[in-house]
Amino acid sequence: MHPLLSPKAGQTHLLLGNLAIVRGALEAGVAFVTCYPGTPSSEVPDAFFELAPETDLYFEYSTNEKVALEVGAGAAGSGLRTLVTMKHVGLNVAADPLMTLAYVGVEAGMVILNADDPMLFSSQNEQDNRFYGKLSNLPMLEPSSPAEAKDMTKFAFDLSEQLKLPVILRTTTRINHSRGAVTFGPLGKRVTQGRFTKDPFKKVTVPAVSRALHKVLVDKYNQAYDLANASDLNFTKGRGKLGIITNGVSYAYVMDALADLGLRNQVAVLRLGFTHPFPKKLVQKFLRNKEKVLVVEELEPYMETETKAAAQEAGLTLPIAGKSDRLFSRLYEFEPGVVRANIAKYFGLKYQAPKPIKVDDLPPIPGRPPNLCPGCPHRSTFYSIKKVAGNDTVYPTDIGCYTLGLLPPLSAADFLLCMGSSISTACGISRATGRKTVAFIGDSTFFHGGITGLVDAVYNKHNVLLVILDNGTTAMTGQQIHPGVDPTPFGVDKHRIKPEDVVRGVGVQDVHVVHPRNLKKTQEAVEAAMKYEGVSVLISEEDCPLYARRIGRLPKRPVFRVDQAKCKNRRDCLNYLACPAFYLEGTAVMINPDLCNGCAVCSQVCPEGAIRPVKEGGQA
Amino acid sequence: MKATRIHIIGVGGQGTLLATSLIGQAALLAGINVNLSEVHGMAQRGGVVESAVTMGDVLSPIISDGEADILMGFEPSEGLRAAAKCSKETTVIVNSHPLAPFTVAIGKGVYPNLDEAFVKWAKRVKKFAALDADALAHQAGSVLSLNMVMLGALAKHADGLPVSADQLRKAIKENTKDKFLKVNLKAFDLGYQA
Repeated sequence: MHPLLSPKAGQTHLLLGNLAIVRGALEAGVAFVTCYPGTPSSEVPDAFFELAPETDLYFEYSTNEKVALEVGAGAAGSGLRTLVTMKHVGLNVAADPLMTLAYVGVEAGMVILNADDPMLFSSQNEQDNRFYGKLSNLPMLEPSSPAEAKDMTKFAFDLSEQLKLPVILRTTTRINHSRGAVTFGPLGKRVTQGRFTKDPFKKVTVPAVSRALHKVLVDKYNQAYDLANASDLNFTKGRGKLGIITNGVSYAYVMDALADLGLRNQVAVLRLGFTHPFPKKLVQKFLRNKEKVLVVEELEPYMETETKAAAQEAGLTLPIAGKSDRLFSRLYEFEPGVVRANIAKYFGLKYQAPKPIKVDDLPPIPGRPPNLCPGCPHRSTFYSIKKVAGNDTVYPTDIGCYTLGLLPPLSAADFLLCMGSSISTACGISRATGRKTVAFIGDSTFFHGGITGLVDAVYNKHNVLLVILDNGTTAMTGQQIHPGVDPTPFGVDKHRIKPEDVVRGVGVQDVHVVHPRNLKKTQEAVEAAMKYEGVSVLISEEDCPLYARRIGRLPKRPVFRVDQAKCKNRRDCLNYLACPAFYLEGTAVMINPDLCNGCAVCSQVCPEGAIRPVKEGGQA
Repeated sequence: MKATRIHIIGVGGQGTLLATSLIGQAALLAGINVNLSEVHGMAQRGGVVESAVTMGDVLSPIISDGEADILMGFEPSEGLRAAAKCSKETTVIVNSHPLAPFTVAIGKGVYPNLDEAFVKWAKRVKKFAALDADALAHQAGSVLSLNMVMLGALAKHADGLPVSADQLRKAIKENTKDKFLKVNLKAFDLGYQA
């Protein structure tokens, strides 16, 4: 049995924040789960993918976040408790249905997990999604630990059902990817058979209906506002004339800092967990007997601005600071030392920060940037394309492992905004520069957000080459299945859609399908595509080697070695491919047999033919 | 209970995250409050992997510069990269066996002179234990047991660690597949004896 399905309540487990959220949803009786995976949210859907076959709950990896939210809205609107998960930028994709779903509402509890990524550990921006609460008028909850993430998830379903509104559960990487002790409660009963009640004049959002629904939403907002003011998720610790308002993981830093500074009995802390609607009344009450208040929150001054507005309405003039007095940064994540130092500074305490040892005379450490794996098909595709299209061609790229093509010597990435932006930005660049532009996109990202851009390219007759790097999986995020993946190894019943069929279906005339380990044929195809005036698509098909190994599909191939007698040390292998299996011994280029996966690409690049397969039990 | 903060750094594939989780499991067995944090995503792609364990009266899952009670470096240059986490009260446990980054391997970077750096570093902290964890893991039967060697060294060298060697052993037993258990426990003991 999957450990998260354990019926034993009362047991304590060391759980990742994301898995605590899964357990919380199971305790709430979640029956329907949709998602698009994305760090730091991915372990939530991956756990549901693993455990769903043991239950009667429905789970899907959806095409993208907008689709996930819409599929989820349909289920929650038909009476099933529904969880929809995505990373912060995913909510941008899903923002369109989100805003109007707030008008229409839900029948059964619906929770939207939205995982922010302060510090950009694995994201293209660090936007603060608390503003989606304000924008949509939906309630928002923010846990401060894995244990609380479980309890809050369960509560979020009840809250959603009470208000008939989706509830946003907002986390940050330090909650999703922290582990802590979590005590299981009883599993909830699932209702898995839904029923849709027709009520078109409340559910079909034509203007006349939505005018009425907007008022309904404001009424629900007011109800949620009262709940937030009374919620025990918004609690006060300690007492005193000095105050701190905080949320999320910052609460941990604040409590540790107060203990370290000996201030636990002098500073009152208001921890907000039900952060939208902003509990203004509660905050005003907190401010009333304070001399000075500090707001400790990562990213934007959301609570700070709200707190100042609340003080103004109540006629309170005490100093309130956070980001505005240049104490805290709007950039990146916090850490305990920074929070402690700023608390001491703001409250006028003498404080000596722990002193790190002297390190400036220690030698510099060489970088260890992430790299495409040995045998990664992206490396060979990039090599062939650069060989033909050169350095002057502009290469918009997309989101996935292949974004690492940015690094030299491949240098195959020039522009990136978001999922699917490669093809559409290529259209603009090509039109503006008058040159054929080459866009890179992965298979999962193509289905997520690339198809509409490709339709634009065909319809508006842009001069672009779209390279679909089809490695058969969602590699970067953790090898999830997607519409283009062969579902057989997972025993799931899915209808596979091949990128080539889509590409031909939307009217692309110049289509090439290549196996990137065959450099000659790949380069011939690239040459033909670059000469073609109009939309070309090159589909580069080869399994991700990590994925192939996982599903037992990695072919057994001999590894390669450099024949030092033949090698003239021109180093094309290092200078153009830079596979991590290469290393230097003195000046001689060597191949680490433990890393080489036998892809044979370097042997085709070597002008001397010095890279040869190692025969079984002997030398080449 | 006084807080104990352990910062862990290594290279993707060295098993730092499993070691982190096992310290957490041992703390759970000991009935001690514990918080762990990890950075996911790049672990399989040869990048730097950092994690943290905090135990006792502490809620923060990460550790600021100068605030680690213990620093575990699974690779010597990576340990050095995190040296600013140390104060003069820190215990450093570092694997002395280098794993050159790719930039160095292809002659586009310089690997630091470790001997010289270690002498300086060791003088500035409370306790400094360097061991060839790769060799000991090999001796235990698998180079993949490097993380268990490091846990053994942690149990031996970290004075005042609130979890005992036996609790760490128990955490290993409860979380290791049968076929790897013998090697892992041997690796732990070799690290403990080193």
